Amino acid sequence: MPPLPAGRVLAVVTAPADVLSIPCVDVDPTDPAVMALAADLIATQRVSPGCVGLAANQVGIGWRVFSLDVSAHPKARVTHGEYVLVNARVVSASRQEKSREGCMSVPDFTGDVKRASQLVVSGFLPGSGEEVVLETDAFEARALQHELDHLDGLVFLDRVAGAHAIYPRKTYL
Amino acid sequence: MTATLAITVLGLDRPGIIAEVTGQLAELGGNLQDSSMTLLRGHFAWTLLVAVDAGPADVQARLARLTDEGLVVSVLVLPEQSPGGVDGTEWLLSVHGGDRPGIVSGLTAPIAEAGGNITDLTTRLGAGLYILVAEVSLPGDVDVTALTSRIAEVSAQLGVRATLHPAETDVL
Repeated sequence: MPPLPAGRVLAVVTAPADVLSIPCVDVDPTDPAVMALAADLIATQRVSPGCVGLAANQVGIGWRVFSLDVSAHPKARVTHGEYVLVNARVVSASRQEKSREGCMSVPDFTGDVKRASQLVVSGFLPGSGEEVVLETDAFEARALQHELDHLDGLVFLDRVAGAHAIYPRKTYL
Repeated sequence: MTATLAITVLGLDRPGIIAEVTGQLAELGGNLQDSSMTLLRGHFAWTLLVAVDAGPADVQARLARLTDEGLVVSVLVLPEQSPGGVDGTEWLLSVHGGDRPGIVSGLTAPIAEAGGNITDLTTRLGAGLYILVAEVSLPGDVDVTALTSRIAEVSAQLGVRATLHPAETDVL
C-alpha cells in the first residue's frame, strides 16, 4: 500500500448511531481527503485494543473506506498485512462457517454469525487508486465481510444466527 | 400418577442453584424434560419441565430451602394437551436501536396479526442499545413482502432497525 500521511486517532461511534445504519458512498481513492481518512483509520485501529478492522462510518464518515489488519490474530491463516481499501466489493464468497464476533461499535455484546470462509474482494488502494483483488480465507475473510457489512449499513446484530446467538460482554449487577 | 410440572426459579445468581434443584428433583424420581436457563442482568432465570410422581406442593416443599435463600420458585401442573403451533416457514427477526418503551410490542404485533408464532425470543439491553432477536414460524400463506413492509414501517416509527430473513437450517 502507498505511504499515507500521519493519521489522527478518532472517536469510534457506537450503535444506535444513525451513521452505522446508512450505506456508505463510493469516493475517489486518489482524493487527499480519502488518503487522510485512510491514515486516520489506521491510526485509530492501531491504538484500539483487539481491533482488527475499522470502517469509515465507525468514525462517523459515510465513505466506502475501511482499514484491516488481522496479521497478529491467532485465527488468521491467509493475511495481507495492514491495509486500507476504498470502494471494495465482494467478488466471490463460499464455504459458510459460523463463529462468534464482536465490534467496537457494539461494545456490550458479541454474536454468532455465519460468514463465508473463502472470499475474493476487489477494491482500490488510497493514494495510488490502484485496483487490487484479494483472495483470502478464515479470519481475514470474516473480518473483511464484517467491515463490508458496515459500509452497507449493517452491523453483526443484523446477521446473528438465532435467538440465542447474542451474548452480553458484561455482567450487569 | 406421573404429571408434567413446570418449575420456574428466579433470583440473584450464585453457584450451585442448578445442582441443588436437580438434586432435589432426582430424589423425587423426577425426569427432566425441556429447560431453558439464562442470566437476565445478573439474575438467574430458569424454566424447566419435569415428569414426576409427585404433586406441585411436594416439589415446592422440596425446594423450600432455595426460597429461604431469596430465590422465587413456582411449581405448576402443565395441562395435558398438545401445544399449539404454526406449520409453515421459519424466519428470524433481528431488531436493534436506541432503547425506548414499545419496541417489542410494536415489532411483534405485525407478526401476531399475520398469524405468526414466536418460538424463541431474546431481548438484551446494553448502554442505550436495545436488541431483540426472535425466531418466528409463519403460516405458509402469509404475504412475507407485505409483512416485511409493515415491520419496516413500524421500525421507522420507533427509530430502530429491523430485518426479517429466512432462518437457515442445515440438515446433515
